[in-house]
Amino acid sequence: MKYVIIGNGVASVGAIEAIRKNDKEGSITVFTDETYSCYGRPLISYYLEGKTTLDKMGYRGENFYKENNVSLMLGRPVTKLDAENKKVTAGGKKYDYDKLLVATGSSPFVPPTPGYEKVKNKFTFIRLSDALAIEKKVTKKSKVLIVGAGLTGLKAAEGLYPRAGKITVVDMADRVLPAVMDAESSAIIQKHLEGKGIKFCLNDSVREYSETAATLAGGAKIDFDVLITSVGVRPNVALVQDAGGVCERMTESGRPFRGIVTDDNQKTSLDDVYAAGDCTLSYDVTIGNTRPLAIQPNAYLQGEMAGNAMSGGITFKRNYLPVNAGGFIGLHIITAGSYVGEATTVRTENSFHRFFVKDNRLMGFIQIGEYSRVGILTDMIRKCTPIGSVDFQELIREPKLAALGMDYVKAVLNK
Amino acid sequence: MIDYIQPDYEVVRNKDLCIKCKVCVRQCANEVHQYDEKRDVLYADNSKCVNCHRCVTLCPAKALKIVKTDHCFKPSANYTTEIIKDIYRQADTGGVLLSSMGTPKDYPVYWDKMLINASQVTNPSIDPLREPMEIKTFLGRKPETVKYREDGSIEVEKFPNLELKTPIMFSAMSYGSISKNAHLSLARAAEQLGIFYNTGEGGLHEDLYKYSLNTIVQVASGRFGVHEDYLNAGQAIEIKIGQGAKPGIGGHLPGKKIGPEVSRTRMIPMGTDAISPAPHHDIYSIEDLRQLVFSLKEATNYKKPIIVKIAAVHNIAAIASGIARSGADIIAIDGIRGGTGAAPSRIRDNVGMPIELALAAVDTRLRDEGIRNNVGLVVAGSIRSSADVVKAIALGADAVYIGTPALLALGCHLCRSCHAGKCNWGIATQNPELVRRLNPDIGYKRLVNLVNAWSHEIMEMMGGMGINSIEALRGNRLMLRGIGLSEKELEILGIKHAGE
Amino acid sequence: MKRVYVNEEWCLGCHLCEYWCVFSASKETHFPFAFDGGAKPPAGIRVEDYKGINFAVNCRHCEDPLCLKGCISGALSRDESGAVCVDKTKCVGCHTCIAMCPYGAIVSGGDNMPIKKCQLCASRDHVPQCVAHCPNNAIVFEEE
Repeated sequence: MKYVIIGNGVASVGAIEAIRKNDKEGSITVFTDETYSCYGRPLISYYLEGKTTLDKMGYRGENFYKENNVSLMLGRPVTKLDAENKKVTAGGKKYDYDKLLVATGSSPFVPPTPGYEKVKNKFTFIRLSDALAIEKKVTKKSKVLIVGAGLTGLKAAEGLYPRAGKITVVDMADRVLPAVMDAESSAIIQKHLEGKGIKFCLNDSVREYSETAATLAGGAKIDFDVLITSVGVRPNVALVQDAGGVCERMTESGRPFRGIVTDDNQKTSLDDVYAAGDCTLSYDVTIGNTRPLAIQPNAYLQGEMAGNAMSGGITFKRNYLPVNAGGFIGLHIITAGSYVGEATTVRTENSFHRFFVKDNRLMGFIQIGEYSRVGILTDMIRKCTPIGSVDFQELIREPKLAALGMDYVKAVLNK
Repeated sequence: MIDYIQPDYEVVRNKDLCIKCKVCVRQCANEVHQYDEKRDVLYADNSKCVNCHRCVTLCPAKALKIVKTDHCFKPSANYTTEIIKDIYRQADTGGVLLSSMGTPKDYPVYWDKMLINASQVTNPSIDPLREPMEIKTFLGRKPETVKYREDGSIEVEKFPNLELKTPIMFSAMSYGSISKNAHLSLARAAEQLGIFYNTGEGGLHEDLYKYSLNTIVQVASGRFGVHEDYLNAGQAIEIKIGQGAKPGIGGHLPGKKIGPEVSRTRMIPMGTDAISPAPHHDIYSIEDLRQLVFSLKEATNYKKPIIVKIAAVHNIAAIASGIARSGADIIAIDGIRGGTGAAPSRIRDNVGMPIELALAAVDTRLRDEGIRNNVGLVVAGSIRSSADVVKAIALGADAVYIGTPALLALGCHLCRSCHAGKCNWGIATQNPELVRRLNPDIGYKRLVNLVNAWSHEIMEMMGGMGINSIEALRGNRLMLRGIGLSEKELEILGIKHAGE
Repeated sequence: MKRVYVNEEWCLGCHLCEYWCVFSASKETHFPFAFDGGAKPPAGIRVEDYKGINFAVNCRHCEDPLCLKGCISGALSRDESGAVCVDKTKCVGCHTCIAMCPYGAIVSGGDNMPIKKCQLCASRDHVPQCVAHCPNNAIVFEEE
């Protein structure tokens, strides 16, 4: 069996690990345009912040590829997929496959803005190469402008916080973290970051760049030495799309979700072609349908599922959901699910907890500050546990297994 | 009102070691240990401490010890601290003083004044690891004679006997006075050891019927929990006339210990005091006792031996002689140092006699009267070690009952506060939170270990004497010598002095 | 593999397992040194108290370890015995694993600080210390 994997992110590693559980013999070839073996992409902000080092960033051990008998083709992007004849083209050469995994991830989206081309020190923030390049340009005197106040933008701000002189964040939305927070919780994060000296220009966008300044739509002018654009990512679907694979799902609102469409076991509409990670649409249990869900835990799980499906392992339908965890200069958040339905809020001196309940189910939560044992709640969302079957008041006060019922506890903890 | 009574013990906390984990606070049912959150300080109310060592034992940092207070009255050999405090207590309350477990008073322990023989040169000792050594014991009436049939075969009249793999049984301790987990531990250990435990006067919890083959059921003056199934659930029935720690009086289990399960098992209403009368109201004579013995035999088809348990009192030999003629199969005698779940202090500390003297007197009397084989003889009341067992058997006992050592194996620290019902070790309590502290999985193994260890030691001592069968040790008083005993004591014990 | 199982029937809520866990992880030889005069570092095991019921919860070392699969840095992995272990030099403290663990068995070591979890400290005494020091067999270490 010849397995070919396009991409070398964690979805790729998940697939390799799954394949090797079921098939020790088959050949595995991994193509990537990057020149590093796999690392967790979110680590790049931690790298800048000094929480990790290049030698500690490897997602698996040094000998991972060797031990798993994988041919890793670094710096060799796949340029064409011929699904009919089961071939991929890389570096001008054609390679056969029996089973193909497309784990091409996503690419940062840079909105077309006049003058952008004039900016000398401009970066996106998704790859290690971005972080390494930024590292070289940022000094204690640097003025950094970050366009985009989403998770990536704010993590970039955190990463650069100890390194840069001044950090300004611009976003079209009227609040920070618009995708992972609601208004009130956004304000908490914003206030905290402002307290650390980070400046925000919200409800605004860059009208025009000069080499070292941005003029905002609202009229303000911001000088910068380094520009980081992090307004979002686009799934890398071209290979599959060009080969005739289905790469979008129409939503009820009439706006399509872009991303490679797969079945529960990550198979695409093309025979023997699988896809996993950021390039796909994922089944989000909290909306009961697929959507882009570009988060790393899903990437690994989908890669693993694809690997199992490709090599005859055990497959099943996984319930995915948005889960985000991370700190913003000393203020940590964990969020999960969708913010729909009735909200219950619990505030303490050091924390903000909000829970969203709909149709007798926990649909999502936002926790800021304190978040111990919150995975118990994530699991409730994942499993669609009926609220009525648990002591929900206790769970939102302090998550504990006992509040899920002793039958469950015994099933989990007793021999 | 002035509190005249100062604490007996002091909790000493080593602040260098204490990590403030507060396990002492959580584990002390007497609420000795307290934590002040505001000051982040642990402190102790010494007046509540019973010196049970629960906190000391569980403290992971070994930061605690309990010491006897050195706060003192002006010393007097006559008006001791204990006497003075008892008087204060009674002046406070006007009540009878209660205590638990065996008397702490300094009565002679004759076990410690007897020495065991061993073989040297002229007769060989036996190595129990290499030679067979029989300690299996049959308890009950033995046939007097062997008859030969015409064809030469042997005809033996058989009486119901208890078969013990080792001559040790667990004393009667009622469900109520001790917890269900303690009972379960005893029952499971008895099963594994091939011996018996005794229900005491508390009935038999439905969960324990499955240990029937290793159960002795007790019938006492309160008749609690007695019904046909109960009588048939054990392998023997014990009529309790008296108890070494409180001869002449009955028992009293306070209503607060009568929860739903104890209530069901004892067949009495919840929350009512369970009062066992001092006498059996249907027994005023040996003849009356005989009636009860045969009633019970009748109820169980003459299949089970009947034990009559009495406390060691002044006329013990004559009383035992009467019992041996009453149809009882086994006599159990309990000495003054025996334990109790609750007894009036004055009774416990002043009534009765040491088991050693009672045993010697009874065995001698029954032999003299030629009725020793009518009955098995079991002794109780502070059998503390395998050496005590060997000495008891050499004095004439068939087997012993152990109560206090069994409880010690289960974790008891002899704080003698059973009557308070707040046993921190989960033994003498019915509080579910405390009962849970005794896991029978652990408890029964410790009991099995204890009795197995004693059995090994008994065999070692027997081997040393050149005896390879427990039968040959029984009543073999030549194997004992007294040390530091008066002529009269030697005479009663029926042994010679060391050197003789 | 051998796993830690709990039996709520025998749990006394004494919390000793938590303290022995901390001591075991500290590699100190003198118990109080692990606590520096009353501080309680996070433990890899936690006793739940709920309506009079107590039991200890620690990592189940799941067949399908969502923590490990969700880890952004690759700091979580299985050791030879099958235990899910954390490489503290690789952990960046994002706490995605805390968000993923269905049992709440992973503890924060502080914001952006490495996590703390049960790593089956079986090597120290051949038995995890929470099990070895449970006074009532409420935690046991047995083959599946």
